[in-house]
Amino acid sequence: MNLNDWIKNNTIHHSQFWDIKKLVEEKQKQNLKISLCLPTLNEEKTIGKEIVMFKSELMDRYPLLDEIAVIDSGSTDTTREIAATFGADVYLSSEILPQYGEKKGKGENLWKAVYELTGDIIVYVDADIKNIHPRFAYGLVAPLIYRPEVHYVKAFYDRPLAFSQGVRPSGGGRVTEILTRPLFSLFFPDLTGLVQPLSGEYAVRREVLEKIPFPIGYGVETSHLIDVYEKWGMEAIAQVDLDQRVHRNQETRDLGKMAFGILRAFLFRAEALGVIGKLPDLSTELKQFQAHDEEFEQVTHTIVEEERPPMIELPEYRKKFGIQ
Amino acid sequence: MMSTFGSIDEILEKLPSLPVELAGIQETLIANLIMLSEIPAPTFKEAERVKLLLQRMVECGLQNVSTDEAGNGVGIIRGKDPARNILLVAHADSVYSGAADHTLSVLSDDIIGPGVADNSLGMAVLATLPNIIEMLGIQLEANLVLLSTTKGLGRGNLDGLRFFMDNNKLPFEAGICIEGAQLGRLSYTAEGMFRGEIECKIPEVLDWQKAGQNSAIIALNDVINRILEIPIPRRPRTSVVLGAIRGGKSYNVMATHSSLRFEVRSEDSAMVDSIRERIDDIIADAASTHNAGFEFTVVSSRAPGGIDISHPLVKSSRKIMEQLGLQPYIRPSMSEVSELIARGLPAVTIGITEASNLHDLNETISIKPIYTGLAQLIAMLQTIDGGFCNEPE
Repeated sequence: MNLNDWIKNNTIHHSQFWDIKKLVEEKQKQNLKISLCLPTLNEEKTIGKEIVMFKSELMDRYPLLDEIAVIDSGSTDTTREIAATFGADVYLSSEILPQYGEKKGKGENLWKAVYELTGDIIVYVDADIKNIHPRFAYGLVAPLIYRPEVHYVKAFYDRPLAFSQGVRPSGGGRVTEILTRPLFSLFFPDLTGLVQPLSGEYAVRREVLEKIPFPIGYGVETSHLIDVYEKWGMEAIAQVDLDQRVHRNQETRDLGKMAFGILRAFLFRAEALGVIGKLPDLSTELKQFQAHDEEFEQVTHTIVEEERPPMIELPEYRKKFGIQ
Repeated sequence: MMSTFGSIDEILEKLPSLPVELAGIQETLIANLIMLSEIPAPTFKEAERVKLLLQRMVECGLQNVSTDEAGNGVGIIRGKDPARNILLVAHADSVYSGAADHTLSVLSDDIIGPGVADNSLGMAVLATLPNIIEMLGIQLEANLVLLSTTKGLGRGNLDGLRFFMDNNKLPFEAGICIEGAQLGRLSYTAEGMFRGEIECKIPEVLDWQKAGQNSAIIALNDVINRILEIPIPRRPRTSVVLGAIRGGKSYNVMATHSSLRFEVRSEDSAMVDSIRERIDDIIADAASTHNAGFEFTVVSSRAPGGIDISHPLVKSSRKIMEQLGLQPYIRPSMSEVSELIARGLPAVTIGITEASNLHDLNETISIKPIYTGLAQLIAMLQTIDGGFCNEPE
């Protein structure tokens, strides 16, 4: 596969899918069921709006989505209450598959969604998007409906407010450009074709989701891409330009924690796939500095990037979905 | 739901259960509200927001969906009798500049964001009305002409609505102007009004002898003092509002430019004219005293007028509000209703919900009262449609 061809053929702008009516007809023809999953932790400012928008536009007006579910990590604000008010199915992550215990992290919610939700396609959308619009869901689902060879569709965002020349720098956020892209360039060059590999919005077929492991924390997106690429190839991946996404900005310190989690998940994947040799025991502690007047002291964050096994290995899952 | 009623009492009887029924439209209404409100629409730049409204109307299968030379958006919900028409108006423009963050926040009880009440909600009601009528299973006799007008506020001077009324060929029985806030308001009279801007310019010459004596601020200050000396009668009710003032550059630089924006309103048009003449005189005098250049522009004006409190449209509107437990809050209006009334069309302005922080970036509306506001609108449409708002021949 030539990476330039892949970028040309598998990078799509959402405006190609403006005809939602046609999309719904095609979905019904294929008898597909589509679930929307919104993983949450204290998102009361934005969750209501996301649900109202998706429910009105993609359930009531155009029946593209069959279920809208919030999987919550135990918010202490009114996230669950607001979500229920506007008609989403609300689940507490800890109450899904409780026999497997409770782990904290977004990846945990995404993994549990695979068990709880019933769609043939699950579309994950982060709950902190300020400028929510139906395209965030239909834009990602559409390539899966129109192109059977595509299994995993990733969002990216690119709409400069003003730019005078034809060429402009484009790409992901700070962690993508400083960590993920250099790592992919070194070990999985094909994956550098993704503009924003860490974006939190993607739509995936169930047959893929149930067969891949889920790191429970920051590493879930990176790990998914590597696994899908290894098992199904670049042809199974597509990316959709959803224009602009407005969300809260993270502090550099928090990005440090994120990078640490991603790096751990990446190294484990690379080791498991034999891309790199055997790793020594890796620390779970990230050390950062803070200063008191003239004194510097280290702050230690423990970031355990645990992993959930492929859902298909769970007897409960096989029973629920009738898999032998 | 029954569509033909023998009397207004039959409509009133069904009214108390209507808000609960209307809550079923929540997601559609709020989604329309978000999408419309997040497109900036400062006066004269409403085109994108109107375009979305028209798109929604087309999706709902409305007929004659179109825009006109003034940029107004219009669509028609067909009734059984093609000869009858009721006009519903919501202005599309807002007071916020395109640069403001137009994002809305949706909480369980409130929605917050610039312009959400004035008048994104009014426009969202127009966009959702076809769905509401379908949901309730109503078939009206008259056509409902849904009009979202441009160039309404400030210097816009209701130009969009004026253009539509000048060029539209449909005869209307009555008009309802929809504003997001406040629920319970009822406007059916208009005060006379003009809005003016006075600009003062002083030639930029360095004159140390006169430093501190001559300045556009001092000259304008003199004008303001003299405007405030104009005697304002209590009857007819009259007011002068000094709204905004600008001028000067820094601590120690003589101000060469200053401006004042103000509004004069009165129940009596002769009073408005007389104040305007007084201001002309004041300015002429101040120009010679201060050796300054003054320019006085009237940016918009309205003639006073109204329909009578005993008009059946007003009476039935009050009955409907009271039946819904609302205390009608009657006040004259400067907005669209004044233009409709001036053209002899019986019309009222109503509000849809409770709102706070109006015209701030955190403008807030309450969600729950919206359904009462919508029930009021539906009942008013049914009342007009049933012929219960016509004046006795």
